[in-house]
Amino acid sequence: MPAAALIEAEGLAAGYGGAPAISEVEFALQAGQTLALLGPNGGGKTTLLRALLGELRPLAGRLAVAARCGSVPQTERSRLDYPVSALDVATMGSLSALPWWRRPGRREREAAASALARVGLGELAGETFGRLSGGQRQRVLIARALVQDAGVLLLDEPFSGLDRPSADGLEALIGDLAGEGRGVVLATHDLEQARACDLVLCINKRQVACGAPARVLDDLGVLEATYGGAIVEIPGGGRAILPPHHHHH
Amino acid sequence: MLEPLSEPFMQRALAEVILLGLAGGALGCWVVFYGFSYAAESLAHSIFPGLVLAAIAGVPLLLGAAPAIVLAAAAIALVARIAGVGRDAAVAVVVTTMFGLGALLALSPSSPPGIESLLFGDVFGVTDGDLAAAAVLAVLVAVALRLLYGRLLVAGFDRGTARSLGVSPAVADAALLVLLGAGIVVAVQGLGNLLVVAVFVGPAAAARRLSERMLPMMLLAAGLAALAGVAGLYLSYYAGTAGGASVASAIVAIYLVSLLLGQLRGSSLPRAGVTIG
Repeated sequence: MPAAALIEAEGLAAGYGGAPAISEVEFALQAGQTLALLGPNGGGKTTLLRALLGELRPLAGRLAVAARCGSVPQTERSRLDYPVSALDVATMGSLSALPWWRRPGRREREAAASALARVGLGELAGETFGRLSGGQRQRVLIARALVQDAGVLLLDEPFSGLDRPSADGLEALIGDLAGEGRGVVLATHDLEQARACDLVLCINKRQVACGAPARVLDDLGVLEATYGGAIVEIPGGGRAILPPHHHHH
Repeated sequence: MLEPLSEPFMQRALAEVILLGLAGGALGCWVVFYGFSYAAESLAHSIFPGLVLAAIAGVPLLLGAAPAIVLAAAAIALVARIAGVGRDAAVAVVVTTMFGLGALLALSPSSPPGIESLLFGDVFGVTDGDLAAAAVLAVLVAVALRLLYGRLLVAGFDRGTARSLGVSPAVADAALLVLLGAGIVVAVQGLGNLLVVAVFVGPAAAARRLSERMLPMMLLAAGLAALAGVAGLYLSYYAGTAGGASVASAIVAIYLVSLLLGQLRGSSLPRAGVTIG
């Protein structure tokens, strides 16, 4: 009998009123596991992340989330011209535990500083957020989730726009954080990143498949159903996804 | 330099612009980062009929401006709900309606002379009541911004994630708009219906060029706004120019200087969407 899962979804449907944007979602995430969320743009990855955050109520089925979820959005969504330091951003993670009239104090800033050190940015705590590189900004947002004491990290396209070394470093950090017993859900387009996870969940309006990477990613039928297009083998190894049909305007 | 200080009307005017500058400068930093500059301008114009009615009735302008701004805000919220009317269009419709109504009233035979002081301000005619209102505003803004600082910072930084961090962006917007509305209603006496927006936008925009942290930016904007107020009044005193317009000109001048200084330092932050390194 395994320990209780951090996240458990059964027949989950969620959306924004009207027809559900995602349905038939069914998976369990245990402590220490990483789950890659694969799917096309508009396929419902963000909807699922928002449901996990509790921002969308299930329209059908059951969703049990046993740990606090910390959101790590794409850093391009935040403002790079905003007058805050890396430490300021990490400190934002302390607000949900404070009453509305209290500002973060020394204790909160110390927690933020040690979270930044944990993600390898101790030296850059005083740097302006908008001046950091893409990989460093992603780490600051992970530190913010750690300050929130998140048991599950929800990362939205964490590797997009990163160069190879930054992506590798970030992947190692995510692995370490999972090793400490956190759950990790990461939305991605990158099949190789997905292969490095414990579980892969393919979604395109409804769940197409969920399971071990080898089982899911080696099934061409699954990938074609996920992306709605043809998968082609690239000579010399690797695969590419051709978009279904291109409309000319 | 000290001669104007011996004039009681000048003392009052200086106290008024310093109080309004401190409140408007600090609040303005959030107005700028939340993209509320257009809202500030619109709310200011839409209180015009309230000002005219107060002038006709001979009561303090505050009594006309306060209900007018609440009415305008409610009207904008209602019109924006009509299908096919965007928020932008709703603001434009309500503001032109309200301002037109104000102009109709102002041009009626029953309106008293000197109605242009409502448009351009009468900073040398501030009453004890106006000064008290400005002092209350400055305290209110200081207390509110101190309490709400962390939450305003989160919602302005990344609206999409704010809720997961325990902050409601809608509440942050509302709190800021209420403060802005209070600020406009109080400041309009000194700076006028057409120029009041300057104190909320100009000093903050200048401070933004010179600072990369929110708290120093707020303090700098408050200081620059107060400085512009004093400089504008001195200009008005010696050059005989209109008070409100002189203060607005001083704010513009300070912004231009900040642009130059920012260029010299070469350290303005990248625009959103640009990645460095």
